[in-house]
Amino acid sequence: MSTAAPPELEPARHFPSDYFPSDYFPSEDEYRGLLNKRTRRARGIHMLLLLLLTTAVLGLAILLYTIVDDSFGLVAVVNQNEPEDVLAGYGYDPDVTVLSDLNTEQLVEVLEGTVSSGVGRRLEREKRFFEDRLVFESQETWGEICASSDAPPGCGGGVRGKGDVLALVEERVIAPDIVAAEGMVASIINPNGFKDSVEADFAANPASYGDYTYDQVRYTWRAWFSWKFVTTPASDKPELAGVRTAVLGSIWLVVITVLFAVPVGVGAAIYLEEFAKPTRINDLIQTNINNLAGVPSIVYGMLGLAILVRLLEPITSGSLFGAGAPNGRTILSAGLTLGLLTLPVVIISSQEAIRAVPNSLRNAGLGLGATKWQTVRSQVLPVAVPGILTGTILAVARAIGETAPLILVGAASFITVSPNGPFSQFTALPIQIFQWTSFPQEEWRHLAAAASLVLLVLLLTLNAVAVILRNRYSRRLT
Amino acid sequence: MNDTPESTVAEPAARSFNVHQPERAPQGTEAPAGKTGVIETINMDVFYGDFKAVADVSMTFAFNEISALIGPSGCGKSTVLRSLNRMNDLIPSARVTGKVRYHGADIYASSVDPVEIRRRIGMVFQKPNPFPKSIFDNIAWGAKINGFKGSKSDMRDLVEASLKQAALWDEVKDKLSESGLSLSGGQQQRLCIARAIAVQPDVILMDEPCSSLDPIATLRIEELMLELKENYSIIIVTHNMQQAARVSDRTAFFNVELDTKGQRTGYLVEFSPTDELFTSPKEKATEDYITGRFG
Repeated sequence: MSTAAPPELEPARHFPSDYFPSDYFPSEDEYRGLLNKRTRRARGIHMLLLLLLTTAVLGLAILLYTIVDDSFGLVAVVNQNEPEDVLAGYGYDPDVTVLSDLNTEQLVEVLEGTVSSGVGRRLEREKRFFEDRLVFESQETWGEICASSDAPPGCGGGVRGKGDVLALVEERVIAPDIVAAEGMVASIINPNGFKDSVEADFAANPASYGDYTYDQVRYTWRAWFSWKFVTTPASDKPELAGVRTAVLGSIWLVVITVLFAVPVGVGAAIYLEEFAKPTRINDLIQTNINNLAGVPSIVYGMLGLAILVRLLEPITSGSLFGAGAPNGRTILSAGLTLGLLTLPVVIISSQEAIRAVPNSLRNAGLGLGATKWQTVRSQVLPVAVPGILTGTILAVARAIGETAPLILVGAASFITVSPNGPFSQFTALPIQIFQWTSFPQEEWRHLAAAASLVLLVLLLTLNAVAVILRNRYSRRLT
Repeated sequence: MNDTPESTVAEPAARSFNVHQPERAPQGTEAPAGKTGVIETINMDVFYGDFKAVADVSMTFAFNEISALIGPSGCGKSTVLRSLNRMNDLIPSARVTGKVRYHGADIYASSVDPVEIRRRIGMVFQKPNPFPKSIFDNIAWGAKINGFKGSKSDMRDLVEASLKQAALWDEVKDKLSESGLSLSGGQQQRLCIARAIAVQPDVILMDEPCSSLDPIATLRIEELMLELKENYSIIIVTHNMQQAARVSDRTAFFNVELDTKGQRTGYLVEFSPTDELFTSPKEKATEDYITGRFG
């Protein structure tokens, strides 16, 4: 963009002044001045927009940096029992054997030797260790509690796998206690700085570390965000806590949300776009749907609590179908609440996608003697599917991150049993993150960051699936 | 969109479309000697809401004949055409009064399903609009939804026959599974004609079928129309008077008049054999139009 006048440009020739009086327009010199001004203005706006974009990108980058930084790093740990000592105590050679080499029987033996019988019984009631024998409970009491009206989940069958038992040994026997943790970048750049600060803190405030001495402290690199973190159930010890229950809860919620919102939403959109006549009632419905899309999620939570959890309790608790949830605070209630929350957005985006299909296709279909539905089904919908998918995935992405309605509908903040059906109690990733950030100890902050990362990965996976589906569909059309 | 037209004509159920055998003598403008009337309109008015778009059209379209509708912009040629197979029903405010008979039966009678009308009176649109599907499916779909009972190889035969009739077979026989959208504009329009033929109509309405095509593609479509005339009745709306002169047997000239409120209503000026209309028009308005004095 040159602001100087190009020298080869001749003065503009004006129309005869009878038609357009030439003094309506600026003179050549005035025009150059104005042009300079306009060009400067355009450049200024250009820079401003770039600045705004940079701000947005920077904000997002900082957010991601914080989450990733907290998800990995050095930790200072004090083990209640060193793994080597435990192995040696049961007659294994700690130089060649590690805990994960032991089989389930051997691990249960280690566990049996350490935990109290009360804790053992609780673990067994959650899920049995063996099919053929009981470890902590006696046969008679087991029969009794399983016959009672509120039988624990362990009575329902299934046994703990080796990974499960190994986690229990690490949690209950080794019982590591994280005393300090550091972010990823600081751990890489200056690991000794962290160690020095822990040592200094031990010297300065020995009282805050209880019985621990600095000699007991081990430093390890810890990936808070790891496959183990994803597959471990929740725990009250940050060292051992994972998000399996929350991830499964979130996946169940997404499935129920999609199963409810997509057929209902797309169906409603097809009706409104293709079949509804422009009557006053239909206009009213349309306006209401548009407004519902903007209703705060907490309001949907209230609706879910009042209608789904309370009024429809026989259905949402599953008691009508013989499934036994104690109340309506189940995955089904929460999933349907999120489905209702998503519904207006699904309807609106599907309507837009359907509306964008050129009318020439409808004319072509109807002109061949197809009924309206045949035309919609075979010609309009296939073209609209990519758009519908895009809108749906955005809506579901919003639902997966929702916290407020889940709190109202009764997500549990701490459960260790994975949900196994629509009538289970549940928790979800955002609830877990919210819960963990409210704890004072530093470790929970790292866990919350790692859980946020899990949530982001889950979202990206969902989006990727949608994009792949959409592209495959679009390719088939052209 | 509204699918139930508000027809003021309430005729008792007389719906037998015995192709080639009209039940009664044609009314309105007579079919030419030796020809059979297929569609006739009797005092047909078309309204959009309160606005009368076309007034008092009475004409008879004959079998084995190409009828061209010409006239200045806004004179209602396309409206008339779309009224003949009830495509106007798709416009919620559109309304037809008077009678439109197809093989003697009133197509706006309440007992008639517009779906059946559109299957028998096919349509080709101004802009080629193939479905975003394979060439094969473009043609097979119409037959399928209309209850095609043949085997897969019968369907292949139908597709081949339709494409051959539309003079497209040689160009696409090796790429039937490719998208209809991959063809050129002229090929797409012939595909649309093949698609219309495949559902076995006996009338084909064409709404400016060549207006988005180049002269060579236009020529091919015109040749095709002359071939199709052997088996079908073709009614074409065109802005191109040379085209009407080249292909049509009879030409209808529509004009437009302004009423006191400034509304433009189209009306039929004359419907004559094409050579007659272009050489010795009966009406002054026709002569003015074809000699380029207005329009």
